[in-house]
Amino acid sequence: MRLRISHVTSYTYEEPVPYGLQQLRLRPKSRPNQTVLDWKIEIEGGKLEVGYEDEHANNVDLISFHRGETDLTVRCSGEVEVTDAHGIIGPHQGFVPLWLFQRQTTLTQVGPEMQKLVDALPKADQGLPQLHALMNHVLDSIPYSTDQTATDLSAEMVIYAGQGVCQDHTHVFLAAARALGYPARYVSGYLMMEGQTEQNASHAWAEAHVQGIGWVGFDVSNAISPDDRYVRVATGLDYGGAAPVQGLHFGQGREQMQVALQVQQ
Amino acid sequence: MVDKKPTFDEMNRADGSPRDTYARYSQWLENQDTARLNAKSAEAEALFRLTGITFNVYGMEEADERLIPFDLVPRIISANEWRTLAKGIEQRVRALNAFLYDIYHNQEIIRAGRLPAEMIANNEAFLPQMIGVAPPGNVYTHIVGTDLVRTGPDEFFVLEDNARTPSGVSYMLENRETMLHMFPELFSQIKVQPVSQYPRALRRSLRACAPPACTGMPTVAVLTPGIHNSAYYEHAFLADQMDAELVEGHDLRVVDGRVAMRTTNGYEPIDVLYRRVDDDFLDPLNFNPDSMLGVPGIMDIYRAGGITIANAPGTGISDDKAIYSYMPDIVEFYTGEKALLKNVPTWRCSEPEALKYVLDNLPELVVKEVHGSGGYGMLVGPAASKKEIEDFRAKLIAKPAGYIAQPTLALSTVPILTEAGLAPRHVDLRPYVLVSPDGIDITPGGLTRVALNEGSLIVNSSQGGGTKDTWVLEE
Repeated sequence: MRLRISHVTSYTYEEPVPYGLQQLRLRPKSRPNQTVLDWKIEIEGGKLEVGYEDEHANNVDLISFHRGETDLTVRCSGEVEVTDAHGIIGPHQGFVPLWLFQRQTTLTQVGPEMQKLVDALPKADQGLPQLHALMNHVLDSIPYSTDQTATDLSAEMVIYAGQGVCQDHTHVFLAAARALGYPARYVSGYLMMEGQTEQNASHAWAEAHVQGIGWVGFDVSNAISPDDRYVRVATGLDYGGAAPVQGLHFGQGREQMQVALQVQQ
Repeated sequence: MVDKKPTFDEMNRADGSPRDTYARYSQWLENQDTARLNAKSAEAEALFRLTGITFNVYGMEEADERLIPFDLVPRIISANEWRTLAKGIEQRVRALNAFLYDIYHNQEIIRAGRLPAEMIANNEAFLPQMIGVAPPGNVYTHIVGTDLVRTGPDEFFVLEDNARTPSGVSYMLENRETMLHMFPELFSQIKVQPVSQYPRALRRSLRACAPPACTGMPTVAVLTPGIHNSAYYEHAFLADQMDAELVEGHDLRVVDGRVAMRTTNGYEPIDVLYRRVDDDFLDPLNFNPDSMLGVPGIMDIYRAGGITIANAPGTGISDDKAIYSYMPDIVEFYTGEKALLKNVPTWRCSEPEALKYVLDNLPELVVKEVHGSGGYGMLVGPAASKKEIEDFRAKLIAKPAGYIAQPTLALSTVPILTEAGLAPRHVDLRPYVLVSPDGIDITPGGLTRVALNEGSLIVNSSQGGGTKDTWVLEE
């Protein structure tokens, strides 16, 4: 499937920003089953400083604000051809050792709530059956809801809240999968939702590593493995490592963010 | 002391006659008037106060800054002894850099089964952000301070590798300067290899590690956490001696794809940053977001080839004392040779049998925290009270993997000048090693630290140690 994506993030600041930086992970890469035909990032109110590949082979762009700016816009657009591989990414590649993906992070720490959730997991064979069972179990326990507005909730807090969005589902799945012994990672990317062009946010899902198969994707919020409507952009141990934007700026004023995202065929 | 072996005194034989290395110095010393020497000792202290060389002792509230006592009896090493030591240090430092490169790339040493993966997985200093990063020239440890101790005529052991941020080199330089000033006649009678070239060698070595983005003569700067840091004096001193800028995090920002410092001519890019700020505080955008000492985005610029950070982030994994216990294997794995310098035999308390041995023999052993440094949080069994030993036993049982243990070594002694005359005190040695693609440069000698209390084995300046000038004799 050929997907056309337009992703515009605009920031407005109450006070001029004397100095600020943003680290962007917004540049998808070509890989088996995903061909980036065209992609560009345009910046208004700032400029590109450097680009490099991080330890997860994500494309990273560091941008700076123009001095004294009150508006910054990051405009990504392009076309990506995706084929359906039933969520299978394949063998692990690169220098990052698999054990690193079993690390608990602040957002994926295992606490008593997580232990209860893992203990209540229906019996299933190791590997794909168990991970699919986990995906369904997480969604059953934590229905999708955008009522909860707090971001950066840890997996433990999400289970306690009892509802969440894709980022929350992914963190719970990662923490549980790691507790069960699977290396697991966070994926940020795009999903074309059926019957709608405008999407309200970029998407997130999980990948777990299964012996003999390699990395396999699990989109908890939609209870499926990613197909040809999914574009992978960045991976990391949790949201923090794969986030589309990590920013830091000086100045007192408040920041307001607006996102306009279109994914279409 | 619980050691069966008599302590090796570097100056005098058991019969009281001076060893060959010290023969000429002892002769000179015999002709000195004690009153004059004591006066010189006071003069030395006044000189140090004048230069402002001080050291902040953590855990001492009454004194923010303290002078490290200087003893004017030099520690002397023969040219021959030094050659052997230097060869061993060079081998070890080469292996360290190869090891760090490997850990942040293919991890062959783990695949080969020579180092358990947990040693890295549980290592707090391991930085995932360094995976796949190749620093210019593959140099990770631009500056190393290998701590050595001596137990006999030909017996040296490495105590610690200090590949992260070894401090103290300003003392090495000031000690020599002071000795030259006070006893010029001594240096015309005895030929001692110089150390004063160190700042120039440091600058040359750092410049040789310039990043790909550098065009022309590399600009070097020293990054300090600021005046409240215990080693601020040294940061300022080294910057001054290298003719480099001394900067703090807030002086730097990202400009045109480089890290640049504010100057009177606007922002100028830095090619090589000798940073004395710990990894965690280096970059609030990539590491600890609360850090006020660092430079946001410096890791991004580093990874894109826009700056060299010395020492490289993530080198601290090799300072871990559990990793230390694998150093003989590490040296062999990367150099194909047996390690020339010995390791102190080390019990890893994470291993149940080792733990049992350690718990059974606590009064005889030195126990150290795996991640500790500076002599804090360690137990010196023979010097500890019963209560201290029992308190430590509880800590060990609670978290065995956090500790290693070593036999109490009979550290060599060198006399110091006391009011009652010369008296032997235990010493160690920290030579300073510079690494660049051009080679490994070791300043002859280094910093001799001396435990000023009779019988004490703790030489750390933070624990009341002093220093001596260290002489390596010319051939």
